Amino acid sequence: MSGETPRPDGAEPDGPALGGTTPGPETPEPGAPDLTAPDLTKADVDPDSPLGEAIGSVDAVAEPGLAEELEQEVAREAAPAVEESGDRWRDALRRATSGGWAVALGAIVLAVVAGSILIVVTDENVLASAPYFFARPADTFAAIGQAVGGAYSALFQGAVYNFGADSFAQGIRPLTQTLTNATPLIAAGLGVALAFRAGLFNIGGQGQMLMAATAAGWIGFGVTGLPFPWHLLLCLVAGIAAGALWAGIAGLLKARTGAHEVIVTIMLNYVAFYLLSYFLATPGLMQAPGSANPKTPPMQDSAVLPPLLGSSYNLHWGFVLSLLAVVGVWWLLNRSSAGFAFRAVGENPKAARVAGIDVSRTTVLVMLVAGGLVGLAGTQQVLGSVTTGFSVDIDAGIGFDAITVALLGGSSPWGVLGAGILFGGFKAGGSAMQAAQGIPIEIVLVVQSLIVLFIAAPPLVRAIFRLPQPERTPRRRETRRDRRRAASTGTTEGGRA
Amino acid sequence: MTATTVDAAGPDARAAQRTVSTATWKAAVGLGVVLVLYALLLLLAPHEGSARFALSTSTDFVVLSTIVVPAMATAWVCGAVGLLVLGYAVVRTRAGRRVPTWAIAVFAVALLVGFLAWAAAGSPRDLSVVGLLGGAVGLSVPLVYGALGGVVGERAGVVNIAIEGQLLAGAFVAAIVGSITNSPWAGLVAAVVASALVALVLGAFTITYKVNQVIVGVVLNVLVIGLTSFFYSELLVPNAETLNSTTRFERLPIPLLESIPVIGPVLFNQTIVVYLMYIAVPAVWYALFRTRWGLQVRAVGEHPKAADTVGIDVVKARYRAVLIGGAVVGLGGAFYTVVSINQFGREMTAGAGFIALAAVIFGKWDPLRAALAGLLFGFATNLQNVLSVVGSPVPSQFMLMLPYLVTLLAVAGLVGRSRAPAASGTPYTKE
Repeated sequence: MSGETPRPDGAEPDGPALGGTTPGPETPEPGAPDLTAPDLTKADVDPDSPLGEAIGSVDAVAEPGLAEELEQEVAREAAPAVEESGDRWRDALRRATSGGWAVALGAIVLAVVAGSILIVVTDENVLASAPYFFARPADTFAAIGQAVGGAYSALFQGAVYNFGADSFAQGIRPLTQTLTNATPLIAAGLGVALAFRAGLFNIGGQGQMLMAATAAGWIGFGVTGLPFPWHLLLCLVAGIAAGALWAGIAGLLKARTGAHEVIVTIMLNYVAFYLLSYFLATPGLMQAPGSANPKTPPMQDSAVLPPLLGSSYNLHWGFVLSLLAVVGVWWLLNRSSAGFAFRAVGENPKAARVAGIDVSRTTVLVMLVAGGLVGLAGTQQVLGSVTTGFSVDIDAGIGFDAITVALLGGSSPWGVLGAGILFGGFKAGGSAMQAAQGIPIEIVLVVQSLIVLFIAAPPLVRAIFRLPQPERTPRRRETRRDRRRAASTGTTEGGRA
Repeated sequence: MTATTVDAAGPDARAAQRTVSTATWKAAVGLGVVLVLYALLLLLAPHEGSARFALSTSTDFVVLSTIVVPAMATAWVCGAVGLLVLGYAVVRTRAGRRVPTWAIAVFAVALLVGFLAWAAAGSPRDLSVVGLLGGAVGLSVPLVYGALGGVVGERAGVVNIAIEGQLLAGAFVAAIVGSITNSPWAGLVAAVVASALVALVLGAFTITYKVNQVIVGVVLNVLVIGLTSFFYSELLVPNAETLNSTTRFERLPIPLLESIPVIGPVLFNQTIVVYLMYIAVPAVWYALFRTRWGLQVRAVGEHPKAADTVGIDVVKARYRAVLIGGAVVGLGGAFYTVVSINQFGREMTAGAGFIALAAVIFGKWDPLRAALAGLLFGFATNLQNVLSVVGSPVPSQFMLMLPYLVTLLAVAGLVGRSRAPAASGTPYTKE
């Protein structure tokens, strides 16, 4: 690995693709065979068969993806054997409590508890009643309950459904706001996640978004005379291309000169920031005429993403674009040869090169696609969310939030979709909470980061909640030995006794 | 300009595979690109007049006279020096030998002087060389400490993306403790403890729970930003007088050394935190490369299994390194609230931790080089400040962009592939 393909310190091959090393974050979809299933079935593979040998030879730590794929292959072959195994209910319960869902739930509970503690220790009523806690403890508990209950109720009503509203149409508004917030988070999260899967750490979401906003915005207010769908389309293409090119610089430098993508993308963030600042501060470029503020004129109507649910909601067609992007990235990663090359390079660049994959070309391509996705987020910002003209803070920290979204989503497209919506909800609810209860919105950051942190460490969550730890390795060894013994004595029964 | 780099690097990469020569054209091409940009600047925006360089202020022990030079002539002479170095680099590379570092240094200094002459031309104000360099040392303090801490952690195999969070936690706690106790020393110590605590969390998750190090680093940054901003709004803003106004460290001129012309006021009229930095840089280098502890750290970072085999407790060694690294970063965090200004502000580190991370990689995981990289960033930032005083013709945004552009060129052209400690980023599982 030394020399030509250095291990990127930020993004080691088996690293940020969360699903690989840590079993927790890849929460299994409901109904899908859960995490422990390969375990049961693995035992049923004849160790002498070619497939069994292949599994044995795969280093599970170094190439988790490959090992997993092989295990799934085995799972498909040996599915009937599992059916025969006894006491399925106990198994099911054990799986449910040690699986990804329980850990995710536990992580959220822990994070919410931590958030509550922050709310409680800074709440005025609680602090006022605390000195006489031993005289009248009920006062303190009431104050605690009020503070925490009020905060989370405001959070929920700000993010999902407002029970105080007159009509359903009014009440559902927070949910649409959540989805509006989620729109760029999903797109940018996909960009970061895709790079993660290829072993690259795209920390340059801010710069890519800013360049995309610059390109899309400039055409959005500067070009006149184009009719509606074409103007919008042109802006979208320009924005995505600008994001792709900005990230492509990082990919190209990495591929050709070995420059570390973490440094390059950080530096490009600053370059983009100051470039846009210059454009915005210079009359005749992007600054609105007749204004001294570093802000652009509003977008023309022909370039704006139309509202999705009518003009009374903020939600715009950008959300549909984000959903399409999720499907597109899923297809790219799981069904296309380019995506296979991405993952292969991410898992093990050396092996990928031996297998005939052009690692340099793949690196550039990954960054282009990732940058395009982040660029989509920037474009959605200027054409959907902030159409009245934007300034240099148009990225609104989404470039960095996207990293957390990608991590929480386990770098899988559907995971990113869920995580993006969750974070969008936190954002919407957080502002409502700040307005209603006077709790600083930064508490949302604390809760979000704690969720990701706990989800990434399933053993810790299991230990706190006393959930059963899945015992993968010992059991597997034992059963394999059993099978070998069985094979030597001539018994050839299938499945576990 | 990227295209130029690529065209030249492509065939060369293939050539390098055929021959054993270690020389590449990257350095020469990088110098060439910079020189072309420099020449374009001078040609497209000539700037007549004379530039005034002030080498000392009136209060200095030795007062040197202000140097006045014709701007464009100086700029072109400096450009010619750069061209000579470029020619030397081409000759060296064709002979299959590396371009020496001193040549690159001469090139950089020459073009910098030329650029300053061009930028300061015609300005009635003096360009204060002491202010430029002294301010650079001050601004680079958190970057250098951050980079040092990052180097220690990564040498032990733990990637520290959380430098930003550690700096911020240090700054925050130093502000509170410094305000309550009215003592900057207490603030400094508290910052070290706070930053080490963040490092402890980093260690617990990455070493004990074997969570991916990049994830923990990124998330810890968000966590610390969230916590400090939350408490800033809830506690520090309402109680600004009691909780958020520190006493700062005074400047502490060192007798004798301070009276050396130029160097004295730049290096030896600083605060104690800066002097600590002068000690910390060589100390970290010595500790990493000349002590038993350093050998252990590097061993667990390069090949933890081998280290384990010879009886080194990998987990313990990594914890210790991460904690020490965190403590060093904390010194940099204290700089914000007990040296630079006297109060904490929301997200006041403003990405310095990421620049420090860049400095770690830029410096190839070597404490001395990483510190130099930190100094470079500090210098570039201060360059902008000084030029805006002089009234430079370049839009300030481009001046602000300059350090990052230079880093990009340097990383692509001069540093090239950097190799992290082999086990950096991977948790160690004992078999």
